[in-house]
Amino acid sequence: MARRHREIGKAGWGYTAMTTVVGFIYFFPVFWIILTAFKTRTDALAVPPKLFFTPTFDNFVSVFFRKSITTGTSQATDMALYFFNSIFIAGVSVTAALIVGTLAAYAFSRYPLRGNDTYLFIILTTRMLPPIVVIIPIFLMFRLSGLAGSYWGIILLYTAFNIPFSVWLVKSFFDELNPEIEDAARMDGATERRVFFRFCIPQILAGLSATFVFGLILTWNEFLFALLLTGVETRTVPVAMARTMGGEVGVDYGLLAAIVTLFLIPIFFVTFLLQNQLLRGVTFGTVKK
Amino acid sequence: MADAASTQGGFGAWLLDPKRRGALLVTPALTILFVMNIFPLMWSFGLSFFNYKATSTRVPKFKGLDNYADVLTDEKVWERFQTTAIIVGSSVLLQLIVGFLLALLFAKEFPMRRIVLMLVLTPMMLSFVSVGVFFKLFYEPTFGIVSYVMNFFTTDNFVMLATPAGAIAGIVIADAWMWSPFVMLLVLAGLVSVPKYLYEAAEIDRASKWRSFWTITFPYIKSLLLLAVLFRTIETFKLFDIVYIITEGGPGSSTETIAVYLYRTGFQFFKTSQSSALAYIVLFIVIVLTNLYLYAVNRREAEVS
Repeated sequence: MARRHREIGKAGWGYTAMTTVVGFIYFFPVFWIILTAFKTRTDALAVPPKLFFTPTFDNFVSVFFRKSITTGTSQATDMALYFFNSIFIAGVSVTAALIVGTLAAYAFSRYPLRGNDTYLFIILTTRMLPPIVVIIPIFLMFRLSGLAGSYWGIILLYTAFNIPFSVWLVKSFFDELNPEIEDAARMDGATERRVFFRFCIPQILAGLSATFVFGLILTWNEFLFALLLTGVETRTVPVAMARTMGGEVGVDYGLLAAIVTLFLIPIFFVTFLLQNQLLRGVTFGTVKK
Repeated sequence: MADAASTQGGFGAWLLDPKRRGALLVTPALTILFVMNIFPLMWSFGLSFFNYKATSTRVPKFKGLDNYADVLTDEKVWERFQTTAIIVGSSVLLQLIVGFLLALLFAKEFPMRRIVLMLVLTPMMLSFVSVGVFFKLFYEPTFGIVSYVMNFFTTDNFVMLATPAGAIAGIVIADAWMWSPFVMLLVLAGLVSVPKYLYEAAEIDRASKWRSFWTITFPYIKSLLLLAVLFRTIETFKLFDIVYIITEGGPGSSTETIAVYLYRTGFQFFKTSQSSALAYIVLFIVIVLTNLYLYAVNRREAEVS
């Protein structure tokens, strides 16, 4: 990649300065959110909007602890639970989808079934579908089976939500491996299981971790399923955020900004590390380079 | 275990036969997808022929194709499709323009490129909810930064979301801001694949910048642009969260996309059967679009190799 860029042309620090300015303009809404996270309630809603102010960390504290106005004691908010829910639900379902998806991807890549492409097409279509299309019957199904509001229900649903993405993305990594190495291993008497675990998996570890991370981001940002199918105990952060919008006391933007900022830190690092895989990740492996 | 079992015979051996290896490996994934996606879809297909309401305990009556007829002749539905088309069309177009310009900017190697690129890539990784919440704040007439800036140019207080056109623009800007980096990534992939000697040849021929763009660069990014348009169309078609948070479909119903409308009919009015019928029409559209997308993917793969 790096070498190929150089073919197009190499620019100096002046160019860096120019792109930084443009990049910063593009980044400005995010920058504003981060600034808001450090503002007091009055500063956040100041007229005209304030660029310079005395920063405060209160918002980050009040994400997790709220001071009672009457007694002055601080109490833990439910937000810690919602953060836990978001991470737990996403973590379990993405892991499950990755395991199941990798097995399927390996089969689609190495042991094509009759109608292989049809299966792959159906799998992709379930992912391309607006969630609202499937959610009506899923809602009825969850209501009948008592899965609504439970961890199991939403985890199962998110696992299904992540399988198409995992299958397609992991398959694109398997497709790139050189099958001759595997055949050579088979000739040497390696079992199929050994070929899979000792030769294929280690070679696509980077791809698998990229898939895992993309899955995490997609899942913990998901809103519609979570809105309709989680209960008080299993609510995720996006739903909790959307709910604060409807409050009668007015929206506490500082608090919301602090939540977004906390969620932003891991995403920022991950995006940085996965930059080269990003295109493949966001197109479900259909575009490699 | 596989080898041990196959010597014992019986069901285990039948199951683990190498001929069935592929089928065995895809079974867990397909089972989960069947239970959580295909089966619900079949269920709602069934419901779409009845007059079922999720809130009522009455035994639903069979109505045949009436729901489909109702949905397809309902003027409201056509309006929602129109709204969706306007939002999808303008958002994808804006993403193409901005994404393309960003790609031109970043198609060079320069110091700290990876870090500067982060500034542009971050919006794509945010959640729709946080983008929705904060764009709503930006558009807020009294405290919002958009109104603040626009008030320098207008005499009245600028209220972004008051008019249908403004509300649509508000949604389109938020969505396009999030997803232009996606188009940028695709265009960058195309720009990087153009062999340098072609430009050198063009320079020797003294071809104008404009001409060398159309004859050299464009053919290399053409197929990727098509992919970007299709992929973003499919994805923008789903647009729900941003609309739900920024405008809730308003003012009136001017920004009610088909996804929001489906949500309303299904979960606010509980017209379960009618919304199932409409959902099936949407499913059909998405299948067509996904087919087109895969066709474009295969065509590009043939081009690249």
